[in-house]
Amino acid sequence: MATQEEITTRVTALVVDHLGVDANDVTPTASFIDDLGADSLDIVELVMAFEEEFGVEIPDDAAEKISTVGDAVSYISEHQAG
Amino acid sequence: MRRVVVTGLGLVTPLGADVETAWKNIIAAKSGAGTITRFDATDFQSNYACEVKGPDHEYGFDPGKRVDHKIQRQVDPFIVYGIDAAGQAIEDAGLLDMDEATRFRAGCSIGSGIGGLPGIESESLVLAEKGPKRVSPHFVHGRLINLISGQVSIKYGLMGPNHAVVTACSTGAHSIGDAARMIAMDDADIMLAGGSESTVCPIGIAGFGQARALSTGFRDDPTKASRPWDQGRDGFVMGEGAGVVVLEEYEHAKARGAKIYAEVVGYGLSGDAYHVTAPHPEGSGAFRSMQMAVKKSGLALSDIDYINAHGTSTPLGDELELGAVRRLFGSDIGSLSMSSTKSAIGHLLGGAGAVESIFCILALRDQIVPPTLNLDNPSENCAGVDLVPHKAKERKVKAVLNNSFGFGGTNASLVMKAV
Repeated sequence: MATQEEITTRVTALVVDHLGVDANDVTPTASFIDDLGADSLDIVELVMAFEEEFGVEIPDDAAEKISTVGDAVSYISEHQAG
Repeated sequence: MRRVVVTGLGLVTPLGADVETAWKNIIAAKSGAGTITRFDATDFQSNYACEVKGPDHEYGFDPGKRVDHKIQRQVDPFIVYGIDAAGQAIEDAGLLDMDEATRFRAGCSIGSGIGGLPGIESESLVLAEKGPKRVSPHFVHGRLINLISGQVSIKYGLMGPNHAVVTACSTGAHSIGDAARMIAMDDADIMLAGGSESTVCPIGIAGFGQARALSTGFRDDPTKASRPWDQGRDGFVMGEGAGVVVLEEYEHAKARGAKIYAEVVGYGLSGDAYHVTAPHPEGSGAFRSMQMAVKKSGLALSDIDYINAHGTSTPLGDELELGAVRRLFGSDIGSLSMSSTKSAIGHLLGGAGAVESIFCILALRDQIVPPTLNLDNPSENCAGVDLVPHKAKERKVKAVLNNSFGFGGTNASLVMKAV
């Protein structure tokens, strides 16, 4: 089981790689769309990356509720395998 | 008719990712060919190509210079090359700060022969191995041919005609010709026009290899493989890259004091109506394409000083093109020079016509014509034609002709002249 901190680090790395943003801007309250310049398709791609990275399944209705970095970390933390 | 001039240039090639570097290396008779590094091609029909080099190379390409990190991840390399070449051209033309009224009259015509083949290949493997829910949401618009024009229009706010030609290896020349007509017909005052390609990937090399189009016999020294008109030629060498020009209505360019490289005076188009891959046995389409371009230009055949040939280094095509040139130009062939820069950078497919048109424009600017590399033993019927073997040649260059011919039997020729 990855700790909340480990999840945050790995989520941050994925967000930096996918969106080309500065790691310092990837804070728990940062909104993917409003703060990090993502569009709806970028979020689809990020959710896919989270699923691959953490071995979790994020159904579409759950993915729609993930709007901040913190939302993603919480969801992964609650649903990770093992 | 409104006149159309060239006011900006941009290049991404295997011999340099900016205009001056690429041109300097072309004139210095360097070759961009080498063993394929993008993937292990050992077991392929051909294991060499002219690749665009990475940012750490002496004349490599840094995609981060003009293309956002996010876009680089989402789109195929041909789009990245195209955006960068378009950016170079717009910077060169001094048009980075166009007002809104100008941008309403500025458009894009940047095409590709094949489009995002590497991405189609890799995402197909993702689909097969991991299923549909793992295919990138950016898959479609990261591979589409018109997405260079789309991306460039968004990046620079160009709201005029947004067009993309797909005519295989004639794409680059058709793109420039069509865009020039849009300006002549008053649809736009400024057009970014050109072509791009990047298909150095397993399915690309395998596909062209199976079509028996690629050179295969020079694994020991790939720099010798592209040898147009030479008796030892055995197919084309795959290249990659992009060329984009800024076309502008003459009075518009003059009014803002723009640097004018050349005027696009003639454009010819034709179809072979013969075979999907083989050229017409009498070069009929090539002949009519060149004839139309020269006729439209109002120039005499004797005014054409330099021809940048399609000249791909295939056994059939090179001599048929030369035969068509010979029939069209008659005795005037003795006073022109004709070379193939594919000998140096390989065949850029949809990018070729645009990149080679830029070399034509630089020949006009510098009064020097680029060489045909590896032309050690010209084929018999090359006698009496200056094919500029091995070394660049300083000479008078007042008007130039560029030829591009593509699969499907599609032909385009452009005539440009000094202003």
